[in-house]
Amino acid sequence: MHALDVQQLRKTYGNGVEALKGVSMTVEEGDFFALLGPNGAGKSTLIGIVSSLVNATAGDVKVFGTSVMRERSRAMSYLGLVPQEINFNMFEKPLDIVVNQAGYYGIPRKQALERAEFYLRELQLWDKHDKPSRGLSGGMKRRLMIARAMVNEPRLLILDEPTAGVDIEIRRSMWELIRRINERGTTVILTTHYLEEAEELCRNIAIIDRGEIRENTTMKSLLSKLDVETFVLDLREPLKEAPRCQNMDISLRDENTLEVTLPRSKSVNALFASLDQSGINVLSMRNKANRLEELFLRLVEQGDDAPEGRS
Amino acid sequence: MNASVNWVGYCTIVRKEVSRIVRIWGQTVVPPAITMSLYFIIFGNLIGSRIGDMGGFDYMQFIVPGLVMMSVITNSYGNMVSSFFGAKYSHHIEELLISPLPNWIILAGYVTGALVRGMLVGGVVLAVSLFFSPIEIQHPWVTFSVLVLTAIVFAMAGMVNAIFAEKFDDIAIIPTFVLTPLTYLGGVFYSISLLPDFWRTVSQFNPILYMINGFRYGMLGVSDVPLSLTYVIIGAFGVGLFALCMYLLKTGKGMRS
Repeated sequence: MHALDVQQLRKTYGNGVEALKGVSMTVEEGDFFALLGPNGAGKSTLIGIVSSLVNATAGDVKVFGTSVMRERSRAMSYLGLVPQEINFNMFEKPLDIVVNQAGYYGIPRKQALERAEFYLRELQLWDKHDKPSRGLSGGMKRRLMIARAMVNEPRLLILDEPTAGVDIEIRRSMWELIRRINERGTTVILTTHYLEEAEELCRNIAIIDRGEIRENTTMKSLLSKLDVETFVLDLREPLKEAPRCQNMDISLRDENTLEVTLPRSKSVNALFASLDQSGINVLSMRNKANRLEELFLRLVEQGDDAPEGRS
Repeated sequence: MNASVNWVGYCTIVRKEVSRIVRIWGQTVVPPAITMSLYFIIFGNLIGSRIGDMGGFDYMQFIVPGLVMMSVITNSYGNMVSSFFGAKYSHHIEELLISPLPNWIILAGYVTGALVRGMLVGGVVLAVSLFFSPIEIQHPWVTFSVLVLTAIVFAMAGMVNAIFAEKFDDIAIIPTFVLTPLTYLGGVFYSISLLPDFWRTVSQFNPILYMINGFRYGMLGVSDVPLSLTYVIIGAFGVGLFALCMYLLKTGKGMRS
């Protein structure tokens, strides 16, 4: 059974904006799935429809075989949502927020208190459980939303940009936590702007742009489509113009920096041999972007070139 | 969903609402107690002593049911509109919207919260009135039922206001320009038998008149209107507002895109 089955989903808002144009996709049970797309691509609308916060114009969404449109209550009982924006009552205490959420899922208070303590401890928030939540830092607020979403132990957890605006240390600890949640059997769908995050965590991926799915495949097969890689080289001596090398696209970013696009079939040694022949001394080298980012940009750029360009 | 999920969900909403009332007691319970004490002192004691009898009771006794009912109406309405709009405005209503709870449980939970505040404040005002006038309740069941049903009706009206409101100003418009005038003109301070024919007829279109008089009948045994009409009007508004609230929650007006 699919954890999520989206069929021909359409959403046109009252102002005429067509946010989803017949999106179909599935997510398998137990998967760690990335949903990627630029701003305004339709990610949040899609998640909004799955979590019943947005009414679909047409199509169907099933969570573990239960239609969100026809059996909303049952479908919602399988779901946990960590939204993009902070949406808890700032005047309540973290413990109350998590316990109340458990109550909305019919979990008796005694059990709700035990679970709330477990998840608040796991998310390193227990020492703040009795303090007003408005005093929490940005990272703590995001972790509180994860604890709240986990308290009903959902079979499907949707995280809409959960690490937006948190520092790298907290982001990495949140990755570990989400990975642990997935390992316990919860299907996870993650939307993120940090493509490195998707590449690090997710096994399958869908890329959505302008309300349409551009790619829906495994992370591995998507990355294998990448046939070139771009490197940035810092030079010891300044250059006036970029050297010419066969099968390589070299450009001068500034007089001390070269940008080289290399086919994956070509060895990096060949690049250095050519540069050596031209008398160019390289101080350091790095990837221009991570692999997924390059693919993502290419897919989105392809969309920009299509006849129905972004208006 | 099964009944136990709904029951736990309902209790959770009620507990949350009651916690809120207690947490901000300085805004929820104290102001009505002070305001009503002033009404009792100024209208009941200082002015009322010069007015004489009304409806066969001294003026202070006559206005006690009206002031209790006024407190219940404004507080049940106010609790719902501020709590539900606050939840909508800061988006934590989404905690409930994505939960498996059916809409009628959400409505019942919030209405119960508003009812608790209405009854709590009504009780405080009644207790304050005892300092100024002895109270003897003539028909306890009528008193209780009219009070509870009226609080439920105004709690649902508050939810409609909260759903349509887009900014904080919008939750003050109805109480200021509709609720307060209708309450003051609904016989809190006078019997409509004192009014000229035209204004007496106009007053009969004011639904709050029937609620106040039904409650006054329960407490004092006198009323300007038949008791049956009180229940019919409360019932009609109750059914209509329940249907409207359910429709608005189902469509997600102002909450679901």
